Amino acid sequence: MIARMVLNGRAREVEVRASQTLLEVLRDTLGIFDVKEGCDEGVCGVCTVLLDGRPASSCLVLAAGVRGRAVVTLRGLERDGGLHPLQDAFVRHGAVQCGFCTPGMLLTALAFLEREPRPDREAIRAALEGNLCRCTGYTKIVDAISAYVREANGDG
Amino acid sequence: MADAIATREALRIVGHAVPRHDARDKVAAATAYAADWALPGMLHAAVLRSPYPSARIVKLSYARAAAIEGVAVVLTAKDVPRNTLATDVPGQTSAVGPLRATLSVLAEDRVRHQGEPVALVAAETLEQAHAALEAIEVEYERTPGVFIPEAALAAGAPQVHAAGNLLAQWRIARGDVAAGFARAAVVVEGEYTTQLVDAAYLEPESGVAWIDGDGVITIRVSTQVIEHFRDVAEVLRVEQNRVRVIGTYLGGGFGGKEDVTVEIYLGLLALKTGRPVKMVWTRAESLLARAKRHPYRMRYRTGALATGEIVAQEIDLLADAGAYAYLSALVLLYSTVTAAGPYRVPAVRAEARVAYTNNPPTSAMRGFGAMQTVFGYESQMDRVARALGLDPVEVRRVNALRRGDTLPVGQVIETHVALPELAERAWAALGPPTLPRAPHVRVGRGLACNFQPYGRIVWLHDWSSAWIGFEMDGSLVVRCGVPDVGGGQASSLCQIAAEVLGVSLARVSIHIADSALTPLAGTTTASRQLYMSGNAVLKAARELAAQILAVAATLLRADADGLELTDDAVVARDGRSLALPEVLRECARVGVPRSHLAVYHAPAGEPVDLATGSGKVFPDYTFGAHAAEVEVDTETGRVRILRYAAAHDVGRAINPQSVEGQIQGGAVQGLGYGLMEEVVVEDGINLTTSFATYLIPTAADVPDVEAVVVESGEGLGPFNARGIGEPPIGPPAAAVANAIADAARVRVTRLPITAERVARALGLFDD
Repeated sequence: MIARMVLNGRAREVEVRASQTLLEVLRDTLGIFDVKEGCDEGVCGVCTVLLDGRPASSCLVLAAGVRGRAVVTLRGLERDGGLHPLQDAFVRHGAVQCGFCTPGMLLTALAFLEREPRPDREAIRAALEGNLCRCTGYTKIVDAISAYVREANGDG
Repeated sequence: MADAIATREALRIVGHAVPRHDARDKVAAATAYAADWALPGMLHAAVLRSPYPSARIVKLSYARAAAIEGVAVVLTAKDVPRNTLATDVPGQTSAVGPLRATLSVLAEDRVRHQGEPVALVAAETLEQAHAALEAIEVEYERTPGVFIPEAALAAGAPQVHAAGNLLAQWRIARGDVAAGFARAAVVVEGEYTTQLVDAAYLEPESGVAWIDGDGVITIRVSTQVIEHFRDVAEVLRVEQNRVRVIGTYLGGGFGGKEDVTVEIYLGLLALKTGRPVKMVWTRAESLLARAKRHPYRMRYRTGALATGEIVAQEIDLLADAGAYAYLSALVLLYSTVTAAGPYRVPAVRAEARVAYTNNPPTSAMRGFGAMQTVFGYESQMDRVARALGLDPVEVRRVNALRRGDTLPVGQVIETHVALPELAERAWAALGPPTLPRAPHVRVGRGLACNFQPYGRIVWLHDWSSAWIGFEMDGSLVVRCGVPDVGGGQASSLCQIAAEVLGVSLARVSIHIADSALTPLAGTTTASRQLYMSGNAVLKAARELAAQILAVAATLLRADADGLELTDDAVVARDGRSLALPEVLRECARVGVPRSHLAVYHAPAGEPVDLATGSGKVFPDYTFGAHAAEVEVDTETGRVRILRYAAAHDVGRAINPQSVEGQIQGGAVQGLGYGLMEEVVVEDGINLTTSFATYLIPTAADVPDVEAVVVESGEGLGPFNARGIGEPPIGPPAAAVANAIADAARVRVTRLPITAERVARALGLFDD
């Protein structure tokens, strides 16, 4: 069957099997390796994509069930080939160690900040609950998001 | 090192929180991890594993599996050219004798733990590979197993291996313990139990292998040890120079990717099929099959004077090795050497044993045996302080090791010990006390100190090497076989090279972790890479600088001693300068190399007899102190961490931001260990093979960790740095247990400290 989606702004049609997840199709069929595979049961968050703007674990979404919706992966954040300011904040604040959680973490954070543009640290932590990180202990991830929030709101 | 300690002001790049090159790639998802790799005609591979913890293989037949469409090959033990992997423990001096521990690549006639590999399949698709696994017919005859170390060492226990269930045993005896206890004002006894835990990195074990154009078996894999190319060659019965391991940037390691994972299987399958092969373990497989952290049962008896000064300690440790030795004997050595803590204890008797069982195998994990003991010795220290009415910081100050002191094992501490300062600063960092938010909630604070070796055991004769070269345009290339597990290993080396050779970080490229093309640097384990490869890069950079400056000196008709490499130029004292490319062209003309290879050898020694306390075991140690403020709900037993501070003396922070990250991340892994993580195994069957059942801390489970970076300016690494990869995971469990004791006057001695265990200690249950 055919899975239809708007992937990072571009309409795509892909031949899939009914049982294939969006994660499998993105990685194995389309070679979109910025989506990672970590647990295959929607717990770790490394396979997060934005589905019509909302974070979703692509390992729990059937590819054929996307039905034309917008799928955004990390590569979809690029602005004129440069980094999104949140990506830049992650680099500056040391929020990246092994980096395996980073794509999912960034997408979850951005979708959250769309809804809640001025969160405090506790709210940021609650929003990231579905994205595990084993390296950083989360402090510098929260630092980076907080700094981005301050800068985006012109609080310097 | 002999170098004068450079001040931070004099350094341009080292000592500064510079963004890491790999972070830039990782936020853009440009980093190709081991599973992010595909080659034309690639097969997909999977492993058949034993469902039973102890059984004989009566019959194994795969004709049906091999006939499935798309299946390229099925391999069992008899198809493996040399079906043995070995772990050597040189200089083992236990009652057990020298150790050459082996395990089969694929099980032969017997399986000893659930998840033991039995057969391999490679097929055109992963679905076909899994179908083939199901079609392999294995008839098992279950045999009695043993699942508790005490039971394994009892007479008549089922024998996991023919040589008996006692895998290793270390002893320390120093001073007159009986006399010590006789003069003690207080004697505190405790038994502590730690659990089986998993490294739980987010990137599962993965890799791709192929026969390259030159016929070399090439394996691109997520590993902490590219030197396993030698093990692959042994198993394949090919020359070691016919196997190449390319290590990728890892999605976490924490010791779990120190032993071989997929690389042997990939090498076998690529060799047998001649085609590229990919293997990626599922999360369930990773949690089932990977070696884990040793559970310990620790008994402590501690005697102290009224001043808090510890005068005698008796320690008995028993660890569970699971079904195969892996690195258990060495893990136990770390436990034995650190068992009395970072303190002056004049009389110590320690006995440590590790036993085979039919549980999942245990091996390296961050802290490597030196972290389990922290829960023992720091719980004891807290009990001593409470028994004597002493302040937690004061009791550590009284007992802290100082330079020149001798450890129970006979090793003299040769560098500064910042312990009292670390304890004070961590404790102070908690700030003003938090008031309880409800009558049934109690708030308390706990402290725990630790020490962790960095660098390998001295009789392993450790070394690392690095190559540095200038391109003609003055840009710099570093080649070093270091695997980067995410701690900034490669990036720190760039800082060191850029600092010494006077170029900006942006002009440094580094190539890492390729056993064929980068000088070997050893394992990214034992908190050793900054120490070892940092020194190799420093040496290479300094020697290269001397080569270049000698040529510049002739051009400038100046004394080389008065020249400096800075800002992409050679600058003389009188202000004259030469652009670097000009000097490099002259090097080419006169035949002076623009590159240099250096090898750094760590100070080495011969094996010591621990029992007689004869000498040096580790190059040096990193010290730390963590402080926790917790609230305990006295109606439910629920514990919440309110504040957390972690202080370590890192000698010098090469990149303070990376150092803070190591401290914060290690502390949170330690909090997971202390509060929630446990691989639950019942009669050898793992019940926690998913992230829904094996819980690690989320962002909402833990508070911010305040990293207190102390720089004593003393350490054996480059610019006097100490290792910081492992140390921060040691203290959290004890700091939390001590804080709970402070808050609620109950002591939990079994990890993890779940709400149920606290509730039980609070007497909330009838039993």
